[in-house]
Amino acid sequence: MTAKPFIVALVGNPNAGKSTLFNALSGLRQHVGNYPGVTVELKKGSTTIGGRPVELIDLPGTYSLAARSPDEMVAVDLLLGRCPEEPRPDVILAIVDASNLERHLYLTTQLMELGTPVVLAVNMVDVAKKQGIAVDVEKLSQSAGLPVVAIQANTGAGLDKLKAALAEAAGQKSPTLAVLPPVIHTEADALHQTYNGDLPPFLARRLLLDVGGYAEKWLTEKHGPSLKATLDSARQRLIDAGHPIPAAEAKARYGWIRQVAATAVTKPSVRAVTATDKLDKVLTHKVWGTLIFLAVMFFVFQAIFVAADVPMGWIDDATGWVAGGVESAMSAGPLRSLLADGVVKGVGGVIKFLPQILFLFGFIAVLEDCGYMARAAFLMDKVMSRCGLNGKSFIPLLSSVACAIPGIMATRVIENRRDRFATILVAPLMSCSARLPVYSLLIAAFLTKDRPFWLPGLMLFAMYLIGFVVAPLVALLLKRTLLRGDTPVFVMELPQYKRPSLRLIVRRMIEAGWAFVRRAGTIILASMVLIWALLYFPHTDAAGQKYEDRIAEVSEQAEKAAVEEEKEKLEQQANEIRGEWKRNSLLGQAGLAMEPAFRPLGWDWQIGVAVLASFPAREVIVGTLSILYDEGDADDEKQERLQNKIASRWADDPVRSKYGVPVALSVMVFFALCCQCASTLAVIRRETRSWWWPAFTFVYMTALAYVAALVVFQVGRVIVDALG
Amino acid sequence: MPTLNDLKPGQSAEILSIGGAPALVQRLYEFGLFEGETVEFLTTAPLGDPIEIRAGNTRLSLRKAEAAGVQVQPK
Repeated sequence: MTAKPFIVALVGNPNAGKSTLFNALSGLRQHVGNYPGVTVELKKGSTTIGGRPVELIDLPGTYSLAARSPDEMVAVDLLLGRCPEEPRPDVILAIVDASNLERHLYLTTQLMELGTPVVLAVNMVDVAKKQGIAVDVEKLSQSAGLPVVAIQANTGAGLDKLKAALAEAAGQKSPTLAVLPPVIHTEADALHQTYNGDLPPFLARRLLLDVGGYAEKWLTEKHGPSLKATLDSARQRLIDAGHPIPAAEAKARYGWIRQVAATAVTKPSVRAVTATDKLDKVLTHKVWGTLIFLAVMFFVFQAIFVAADVPMGWIDDATGWVAGGVESAMSAGPLRSLLADGVVKGVGGVIKFLPQILFLFGFIAVLEDCGYMARAAFLMDKVMSRCGLNGKSFIPLLSSVACAIPGIMATRVIENRRDRFATILVAPLMSCSARLPVYSLLIAAFLTKDRPFWLPGLMLFAMYLIGFVVAPLVALLLKRTLLRGDTPVFVMELPQYKRPSLRLIVRRMIEAGWAFVRRAGTIILASMVLIWALLYFPHTDAAGQKYEDRIAEVSEQAEKAAVEEEKEKLEQQANEIRGEWKRNSLLGQAGLAMEPAFRPLGWDWQIGVAVLASFPAREVIVGTLSILYDEGDADDEKQERLQNKIASRWADDPVRSKYGVPVALSVMVFFALCCQCASTLAVIRRETRSWWWPAFTFVYMTALAYVAALVVFQVGRVIVDALG
Repeated sequence: MPTLNDLKPGQSAEILSIGGAPALVQRLYEFGLFEGETVEFLTTAPLGDPIEIRAGNTRLSLRKAEAAGVQVQPK
């Protein structure tokens, strides 16, 4: 027997246990649905109930159906069957927290007005019991007039009953709940009549009740200012009738809820002191709370930075090994080079970020699931409010010091779209771990020898400080210009603490990792291959001889050479051919042509080409500089030789010999501020669902980097001249 | 008239009125904070803003600028 699947929409407050219930019901049969124009993801899953297929839709957690943004409106539209891509759900599964039943039922009363059957799942009955709160589901079902099932989503208790209730409710007619004062219904009906084409009765009520809400904004755009006058007079009539909004709605709903709960819920007369009360006394304490917060952040940060380094090293080794395998298995030519240098190293470059993403998302899942994330936002809100953001931006920005990619992905916790975008756009300004090799190379070459011992450390610190100072400033600027808007409401729930669920954490990590590899990976790979091609072609010299053949010939001679001196000389010759090749490549020619643009920054064309080549991934600069200065591919041993080589090359040059330090600083500042990371841009594209924002990020950061490098070099030159 | 910001840690109060931006007022009402309800002031964040309050089993963080619109009668 195959029956038509019925659709269940899962709705609840944040922290009601919605994700846990969704996972428990749908297992591994899940996928993510996207909607044009909005940044929320809707998860979909499937299951069967008594042989009948069921489709589950997990809506984002919300406190109310009073939508204020397009993202919040998606949930309402979907529940009303107004999304063209999605049929209207057959049943709404409302999940509520037994230990905070009355507040969670607020949303339920709104769901019961949609005309779709609602099944109520009362979750965390065990936690409630510990606090002395008992919920009698049968009495609740009778007084509220809907099927109610007690569940424990984390253990799976009550799920069979819940499934049976869902199957029974599907296809039934459902009367809509009418708890609002009659005058509200009368006014809403009038609006419904006026704008009949656009407004089902539910949205007519939202239009009336939500001052400045999404329905009002959207219809004002459509019908112009006449709507405002209509609304104003309708709302005035509500005030005259003694039902001012928004108080009237809340009082009516809570009035009904209290009546319903009075018969079904027994609570201790004096509220029991909970574990959350005790924990919060410490975790939000002025001294202890701050110390614990710093310790947690240090631990997370250290883990991303240090622990992820080990698997990242393995990935590097594996990439090198596979590339080496390809090189030895194939004969020289464009295809071998494309596979080894373009594809294998490109894929390696993508996968390399995975350990950091997995680590960070593991920690974020733990912090979020146990309830600490909201406390971290509470502690840091003041700092972030200074730059127009809020406490929830703190962890994404801090994580960006390890790598902007997981940092940008972590902005999903920020509900306000403008705050989220501002955070995404400044995250790449934080000095990430890929900038470290550039800093250490240049600091070692110019600011270590014959200098005070504390200077290198101070310089490194200064480079990180640039990000910490510039990112908030740019955020502030963005919030005052492109992302200007009403100050969003910062009322944030601090949920009860609970033990994090391992399954949920592992799932989050896998989802984040997979999303990165699948969606960002393709773009990164494409840009890697592009840069490879620009550095590879043309691959013949002026005499028509292939560079690869020349290098192979010289290398062969070098291997055969008996005398060590001779061998080194030949190896040097091979490196010079590599350098010549890169200089004559398309990118090299572009660099030479752009030399006038680099000159004010104090750069020679080699630095310019290396910087151009490092736009897809900034760590490439070390290797490219090494090739351009005829040192061959850089590895750890060669790093020191490269430092010496750069120092000696610059010593031969009239500009860079005198102004070595300003040039080095100019390059470092450029790297600190420039968005040389295709992966970051790909992730911004993915998270903002638009090409405009990554393009904007790229342009503003490049311009900022250029101007800052220019100022640093020119000021540095004046100082050197004055001292000299 | 005292507001939420004037309460001391651990002090409870009855809400007399709620003012501010429509979105803020509506959100507070949705959380069950309205006239006649009791709230407890829990703590202030280490840097002086925001504050943490409790109403029933719901704990909320509010910025002081938002809490200034909530007038209360201390108990």
